[in-house]
Amino acid sequence: MIINHPLLGPRDASEFTYLGDAALMLRPNPKSDTAADSFYSYQYIRENTAGQHRELWYHEQGDRSWLVVTRNISTHEITKVELARDVKRAKAINNEAATHELG
Amino acid sequence: MSYSAFRIFKEALTGHKGWKPVWRKAEPRAQYDIIIIGGGGHGLATAHYLASIFDKKRIAVLEKGWIGGGNVGRNTTIVRSNYMLHENEGFYEFSMKLWENLEQDVNYNAMVSQRGVLNLYHSDGQRDAYVRRGNAMALHGADAKLLDTEAVRRLYPFLNFDDARFPIQGGLLQPRGGTVRHDAVAWGYAHAADKRGVDIIENCEVTGFDIQNGQCRGVMTSRGPIKAKKVGVAVAGNSSRVMAMAYMRLPMESHVLQAFVSEGLKPLLDGVITYGAGHFYVSQSDKGGLVFGGDIEGYNSYAQRGNMPVVEDVCEGGVSLMPMIGKARLLRMWGGIMDMSMDGSPIIDRTHIDGLYFNGGWCYGGFKATPASGYSFAHLLATDTPHVTAKAYRLDRFSRGLMIDEKGQGAQPNLH
Repeated sequence: MIINHPLLGPRDASEFTYLGDAALMLRPNPKSDTAADSFYSYQYIRENTAGQHRELWYHEQGDRSWLVVTRNISTHEITKVELARDVKRAKAINNEAATHELG
Repeated sequence: MSYSAFRIFKEALTGHKGWKPVWRKAEPRAQYDIIIIGGGGHGLATAHYLASIFDKKRIAVLEKGWIGGGNVGRNTTIVRSNYMLHENEGFYEFSMKLWENLEQDVNYNAMVSQRGVLNLYHSDGQRDAYVRRGNAMALHGADAKLLDTEAVRRLYPFLNFDDARFPIQGGLLQPRGGTVRHDAVAWGYAHAADKRGVDIIENCEVTGFDIQNGQCRGVMTSRGPIKAKKVGVAVAGNSSRVMAMAYMRLPMESHVLQAFVSEGLKPLLDGVITYGAGHFYVSQSDKGGLVFGGDIEGYNSYAQRGNMPVVEDVCEGGVSLMPMIGKARLLRMWGGIMDMSMDGSPIIDRTHIDGLYFNGGWCYGGFKATPASGYSFAHLLATDTPHVTAKAYRLDRFSRGLMIDEKGQGAQPNLH
């Protein structure tokens, strides 16, 4: 697989290490009343659906940036690659109220 | 139809005209007592033990494709019971005992071959870990022998003993481990279950569950709705997708694992070897091909094929362990989808929905577990209580902090 890095251009996937579902960026609020349940889901439960999947890749043997890759996990086709920090910032601007909730 | 030496003799004299299909092509009925979703090894084994041990009637196995087309026909055929944690070892040793009597039980030649599984070690620390594991195995009645370098050299003189980085210092041998012809396991269980009246329905994809007031009353399928008192799901690889139809989310990810076979070679390797310094395990099939595999790819996948970096990694591991295979050509490679659970161990449990039972999360150890998985799942479906060896495989163990993490990797499925 080739991952089209937003800063470095096309790079081989073997330069990266994989973490998992991009939902892992949405850390629950530890002060909420339902924190125990939310952290259980955050840590152990995955949607794991087929088709489009947004996921975190770390460019370990490159510039060490975190990427959010949109990939069809039924075909391995990659359709979108973003810097994780951009995704996080966009979320913060678009959804300021909810950001507090998500921590 | 039953198989025997006498039968082969008789058929040979009569032009082999009396052989019949190994199982019937059953049509779905409107209602069953128990439906098993998934006609893989585990689903068929469940149906067989439900009918034979637990004396249940009116059972159907629903398979979206064909029998033997999933992971039961995609693995590297290795069976062993060399686990360390007691929640696992008792279960896998139970499975080993069922393997030893499988062919007589199902009246089908599955080529069970107890040729020995040898795990190599390459450092003092690894030796200590294997001593501990061997003792844990012995506590559950399994067999384990610690070999030193010379003993391994006597067994397999062609291994790369003098590797500067990973010298072979010895190995942990389980003589009762070995290989089993994988598709014959599916066919054998299908044959035995069919003989006891189980309907094996191929090309029948489940498209939804009929759940009313917290009770599962049946399934919707591509061949119409079917009612059932109990529904068991055994679809490892696709567990999350099937259980999503019951609005359940599971503690697992789906990953792809590749397996490989070389061109046919003369008899070379009479046992199973696993490399302790890289992810590589190998045996030789009766046709002569070296059958080997390595690690999962490490990213979520539902594509039943992998990519080149892992092919390279596995072949490097192989050449580092037994350099002469560098001359053999790779004949075929293929991929299968694994339910990678959050602690690397499986789940056999009821769900919060009455009448709906779940079996999955086999990571890449599902094949060796086939008989015990089927037996335990049948026990659960028939009696509503877990089998004594599968008590720890609960769905809620993650929320209760009772993980069964053989490798100690934590909640990172691609590392198990």
